[in-house]
Amino acid sequence: MKLFPIRGGIHPAYRKQATAEKAIVALLPLPARLYLPLQQHMGAAAEALVQPGDRVKKGQLLGRGVGPVSAAVHAPTSGRIAQVAELTAPHPSGLPQLTIVLEPDGQDEWAELAPPIADPFAADPKAIKERVAQAGIVGMGGATFPSSVKLDLGTRLKLEILLLNGAECEPYLTCDDRVMREHPSEVIDGARIMAHALGAPRIVIAIERNKPQALDAMRLAASAFPAIEVVDVPVQYPMGSERHLTQAITGQETPARKLTADLGVVVHNVATARAVHHAVRFGRPLLSRVVTVSGGAVKEPKNVEAPLGTPVADLIDFCGGLSETPKRLVSGGPMMGQPLPSSEVPVVKGTSGILALTTAEANERPTQPCIRCGTCVTICPCGLVPVEMAAHIRKDDLDGAAAWGVMDCVSCGSCSYICPSYIPLVHYFNYAKGRITAQDRERRKQDEVKRLAEARAARLEKQAQAKREAAARKAQAESPAP
Amino acid sequence: MRLIIDKSGPFTHAPVSVQRIMATVILALVPATLFNIGLFGWPALFLFVVTVGSCVAVEAACLMLAKRPVKPVLTDNSAILTGWLYAMSLPPWAPWWTGTLGAVFAIALAKHVFGGLGQNVFNPAMVARVALLVSFPVQMTLFVAPHPIFGAGSPGFVESLAITFGPGATDAVSAASALGYVKNELARGIPVADTLKQLSREALDPGLRHLPDLMDLAIGFKAGSLGETSALLVLLGGLFILARGIISWHIPVAVLGSLFLFGTVFHAIDPTRYAPGYFHILSGAAILGAFFIATDYVTSPVSKSGQLVFGAGIGALTWLIRTYAGYPEGMAFAVLLMNALAPIIDQHFKPRAFGRTRKGDPLPIAKGEP
Repeated sequence: MKLFPIRGGIHPAYRKQATAEKAIVALLPLPARLYLPLQQHMGAAAEALVQPGDRVKKGQLLGRGVGPVSAAVHAPTSGRIAQVAELTAPHPSGLPQLTIVLEPDGQDEWAELAPPIADPFAADPKAIKERVAQAGIVGMGGATFPSSVKLDLGTRLKLEILLLNGAECEPYLTCDDRVMREHPSEVIDGARIMAHALGAPRIVIAIERNKPQALDAMRLAASAFPAIEVVDVPVQYPMGSERHLTQAITGQETPARKLTADLGVVVHNVATARAVHHAVRFGRPLLSRVVTVSGGAVKEPKNVEAPLGTPVADLIDFCGGLSETPKRLVSGGPMMGQPLPSSEVPVVKGTSGILALTTAEANERPTQPCIRCGTCVTICPCGLVPVEMAAHIRKDDLDGAAAWGVMDCVSCGSCSYICPSYIPLVHYFNYAKGRITAQDRERRKQDEVKRLAEARAARLEKQAQAKREAAARKAQAESPAP
Repeated sequence: MRLIIDKSGPFTHAPVSVQRIMATVILALVPATLFNIGLFGWPALFLFVVTVGSCVAVEAACLMLAKRPVKPVLTDNSAILTGWLYAMSLPPWAPWWTGTLGAVFAIALAKHVFGGLGQNVFNPAMVARVALLVSFPVQMTLFVAPHPIFGAGSPGFVESLAITFGPGATDAVSAASALGYVKNELARGIPVADTLKQLSREALDPGLRHLPDLMDLAIGFKAGSLGETSALLVLLGGLFILARGIISWHIPVAVLGSLFLFGTVFHAIDPTRYAPGYFHILSGAAILGAFFIATDYVTSPVSKSGQLVFGAGIGALTWLIRTYAGYPEGMAFAVLLMNALAPIIDQHFKPRAFGRTRKGDPLPIAKGEP
């Protein structure tokens, strides 16, 4: 297959060797408590259906998705609900979030699950989307967008390709690599079901060339299906970015503010495909995920199939504990992952990795003045000029930063990574994006208030006018004829 | 375990630093510098040490005056590099105070007045060179023929101290740089072509040989400043930093390309008035300027397209100044003029953003099958 080059990008130290050859192991025994936040996804938080003291079974619905973009939360094992309370979220803010606390009873007793969809390829695409929604599946590459919503794009747009993202371009992470090596048939089957739901005739599975075993395994599993093509893509960060992977495969750039789906391409992660396979073929909701536990401070790095809600501390203990206090504890990859405030937060649906990074690995240094070397401009995969955007943001000139395109930034972190002056560029951009979004929201709100106020004034004026006219008519009618 | 969260990712970083970049550039200059110090003897060494030392001292003084931490800035190697480049633009037997005064211009006026590293509009080394050239034209253009460091007839250590720190080298065998020679001869009414012929005739006759031939221009056995001589070694250093990814090809190629183009085209039109393109490339500070001066990060545009425009402008201006203006060498002026334009170039030559047209509108969605 002909590939197309993507602009810029970097080649960070991948450091995948620590876990690449470690087969997925289930986390056993189960943690004493599982912490299940009601918001593990983009969109509205789920609504709790259980109360403290309730007995629940494995796979039972604990939280119902609310509104068009939301996701359900299930019990990863059987047990007793200990608490439904505001607890620290696995988020850099460290703010509390409504969380269901489950005490496993050790029975691991299944609830009655939805029946398998016997022949998904004969089923109505709607039934598959519904099943995926019921199963609480979200994008497992880290974006955590509800998958059922993304599977619905076929009703609005004509889709050509389901692009399965197995690039795994983040350093350290090997969870997708292992899933593809160990469960290729499940991934392929899930992908075929998703393509059917989307109405996409072709499936392209893109895997970076540094995963030859995964490529072999997936090619073998896909060989029976002519509609599936397994493609090895160059090792280049951020190849796994939805827009950039689409460009590498189709040669087309997704226009600004549009979706890849507007080009006929829908991108899903390989682990998401596996979850869809489980939901459709076995009626099993999303209860666990493979997490790469790595970093120089972890004694025995592993790929762990961990129940959702597992405290990070338990996960690290399962991997032999820490050899030193890490400089950073990160959820996800080191490039785009979130820093964690403590190990007292749970694994959620989007947790692809837990990295305990040493000072040497993080390689943080004091920021020096920008020398305008222009490397950030050369490597920006979005064609932006980070040096200018940062200069405007530093002066709090958000309009200036927006004019230089800060809202087009995907926060891939390449510029921060490469900066010889160690300027936290992405930190600046995230700040600016947040502020600009808030300002826009505020502006829209003000416009709306103004519109409503004007509409009210117009309505009142109309009423007054009508009253005056009525009074005038009345007066005219009552006045004696001359 | 609780961790402080003070920034967003990435939480890994390329093993790079400002210090290392500066050190690599300095390393690239070492061969040419050693060669030229060898060529011009002790006075060149003294001047070089004084110049670099003065730059570091002025940097430290400025930081202390501004009450900023001295050590972390001083160790970024940028003052050493500025001093080094400035030293390479000096006549090797120039008196010590040209180095020291230049350091004040370069570091205090051109750099710290603007806010220090990364804030200066103009290339500090070139500001110093131009300021001294217009103020002290005699000392700044007193070029000597090569006097190899241990060669017969070369000044000894003590004698050299007198040249650099004393009354100066009044009795030194002076010689014009090739550019200056061609210009002088032209002013006397001798066509450029004849001068060049004269240059190569002399090259064949060692007895007459006090002016460089083309081979000498390239290798460096000729009069000139420390960095002008030995185009080959400077080029080697330039290719080294290019290979190490410190600079990209855009600025050097644009500078040399446009200089060569102007030279060649005008030489074809009138060979009696205009020197050929290769002569422009090999003489003066063309190579040093293209690889080491014009590529200064702070004072050049950040985008590749902007760098091409910037470089082409320097090449064109250098040719213009060398050909029509009062000074035989125009590289320093050309660089400063284009430095002033760099911010405007940056405004107008941006890369095209992903998913957008050059004008910044979202791309249209292509019709047909993806």
